[in-house]
Amino acid sequence: MGAAHGGALAARYLAGTSPVHRLEPHLKVVSVLAFALVVVATPVHAPWAPLAYAGHLVAVLSVAAIAGVDPGRLVRGLVVEIPFVGFALLMPFVAPGPRVEVLGLSLSQSGLAAGGGLLAKATLSVLAATILAATTEPRELLRGLERLRLPQVLVQILMFMIRYADVVGGELHRMRVARESRGFRGGRVSALRVLGPATGSLFVRCFERGERVHLAMLSRGYTGRLPAGPAAAVGGRSWAVALALPAVAGVVLLSGFVLG
Amino acid sequence: MTAPPSLLVEDLAYAYPDGHQALYGVDLRIERGERVALLGPNGAGKTTLVLHLNGILRAGRGRVTVGGLPVDKPALQEIRRRVGIVFQDPDDQLFMPTVGEDVAFGPRNLGLPEAEIAARVAEALEQVGMSGYENRPPHHLSFGQRRRVAVATVLSMHPEILVLDEPSSNLDPAGRRELAEVLQALPVTLLMVTHDLPYALQLCPRSVILDEGVVVADGATRELLANPDLLSRHRLELPYGFDVSRT
Repeated sequence: MGAAHGGALAARYLAGTSPVHRLEPHLKVVSVLAFALVVVATPVHAPWAPLAYAGHLVAVLSVAAIAGVDPGRLVRGLVVEIPFVGFALLMPFVAPGPRVEVLGLSLSQSGLAAGGGLLAKATLSVLAATILAATTEPRELLRGLERLRLPQVLVQILMFMIRYADVVGGELHRMRVARESRGFRGGRVSALRVLGPATGSLFVRCFERGERVHLAMLSRGYTGRLPAGPAAAVGGRSWAVALALPAVAGVVLLSGFVLG
Repeated sequence: MTAPPSLLVEDLAYAYPDGHQALYGVDLRIERGERVALLGPNGAGKTTLVLHLNGILRAGRGRVTVGGLPVDKPALQEIRRRVGIVFQDPDDQLFMPTVGEDVAFGPRNLGLPEAEIAARVAEALEQVGMSGYENRPPHHLSFGQRRRVAVATVLSMHPEILVLDEPSSNLDPAGRRELAEVLQALPVTLLMVTHDLPYALQLCPRSVILDEGVVVADGATRELLANPDLLSRHRLELPYGFDVSRT
C-alpha cells in the first residue's frame, strides 16, 4: 500500500523494511550527497583511479543489496544518464593531447580518461540516487528535504506536484479520449494544430485548479507556511548507518592517495 | 443573555472588480444548531455569498458576523476557524499527501499542540466514518470517501458553522445516502448550498432561495418546495415524479 503514495510518481518506490528503508529520509539525502562529493573528488587522471572507482562501485552495490533493490531496477535508474554517455563517448575524439590507437581509431589519451571518469562519476552518483528513490516514499523524501532546510516554497511546489500529478494526468487522459472519440488521430504534423491549443487549455485548467486549491487553503487558515508535523529526534546510530556509504568511499579515496 | 446567531448577514452587497454586481443586499440570520439550505439557480450569487462568510471576499456594503464576531481583517484567522467551508471538488479541498495530514492542516494552522491535533484528526475521521484512513493518499479513495474526508478537514477545526457547496454533486446514490447519514449525525450548524432539492428537504428544515443577488424566499423547506410557481420563477425544479407531500 505504501507504494501508492504519490501515485504515478511513486512507481519508483519499492516497499520494504531493510535498514536502508528505515533510515530517516534526510539522513539518506545527506548520505547520497556526501557519497557523490567523494566520487567527484576522486581524481580521474591518477593511475589508481580505476581501482578507486571499482571500490566505490562495490560500496554502492552493497547498499543496493542490503536494501533489496534488484539489478534491473538499478539499470532502469541509469536511463537518466544517457545524455552524459553521449558526451563521454565524444570526449576521446575531440580532446587534444597525445593520442593512442584503439581498433584503428585515433583517440586522445586525456580524452579517454576524462570521458571514462565522467561516465564513472555519473554512474556511481545515479546509482546512489536510484537507491534513495527506491527506498524512500516521495512524501518522506520531501520531509527530508524540508528538514534539511530546503526553502518552503520549493518543498510546497514539489508536494503539490506529487499530489496533483494523477489529477492532471486524469484530465490529460479525458481530453485525449474526447479528441479520439471524435475521430482525431495523432502522430501527424497536422495534429500539432490540435495538440497546441489542447496543451494551452490543460494549462488554463491547471491554473484554475491552482486558484481553487489556494482558496481552499486560505479557508482553512493557511498563512504561507505549510504546518509540519512533529519531527522525531535522530540518534547517533542513525547518523552512523547513514554515513557508512560515504565513509567507505572516503576510505577508498584516501587509500588511493596514500598508497598510490 | 442568549447566544449570538451562528451567522448574521446584513445588507450584503458585492460587485466583482470587473463591475459585475453579484449581490444586491442579502440578509440572512442562522441561529445556532439550525440547518439551512441555500437554493438558487446557477449564477444566483450563491458561491459569492459563501466566499464572504470567511472573508475571502470583502463586502462592498453591509456586514457579516459569525457567532457575534464581525468578519474583518484582525479576526480573520478566528473567522476561518469558525466557518468551515467544504468546496465542491474534493480534489481542490484535499491538497495534502495523506488524509491524516489534510485533516490536521487546519488545526496545525491554528497552532494547536500535537496531542490535541491527533485527537481532533481521529475524532473528525470518526464522525465521517473514515477512521483508519489516516495514511491513505486522497487519490486512492472513492469520490464519496473523498467528499466525506473533505468534510472531516473542516470538522477538525471545530467550526461554528459548516458550509457545504453542492455536497451531493457527482455522488452515486449510495455515496449520496452515506453523506446524508454523516451530515444528519453531526451536531453542528449547517448551511448547505445546493440545487438538489430532495437533498435539501431531507437534511434542512429551512431553506433560503437566492436569485439575482437577493434573498427571494425564506421559510420551511417543505413549504417552499410545495410552491411550483415560486420554484419555476427561479429556475428550480423538483426531479421528475418527486412529490413533496409524500415524503
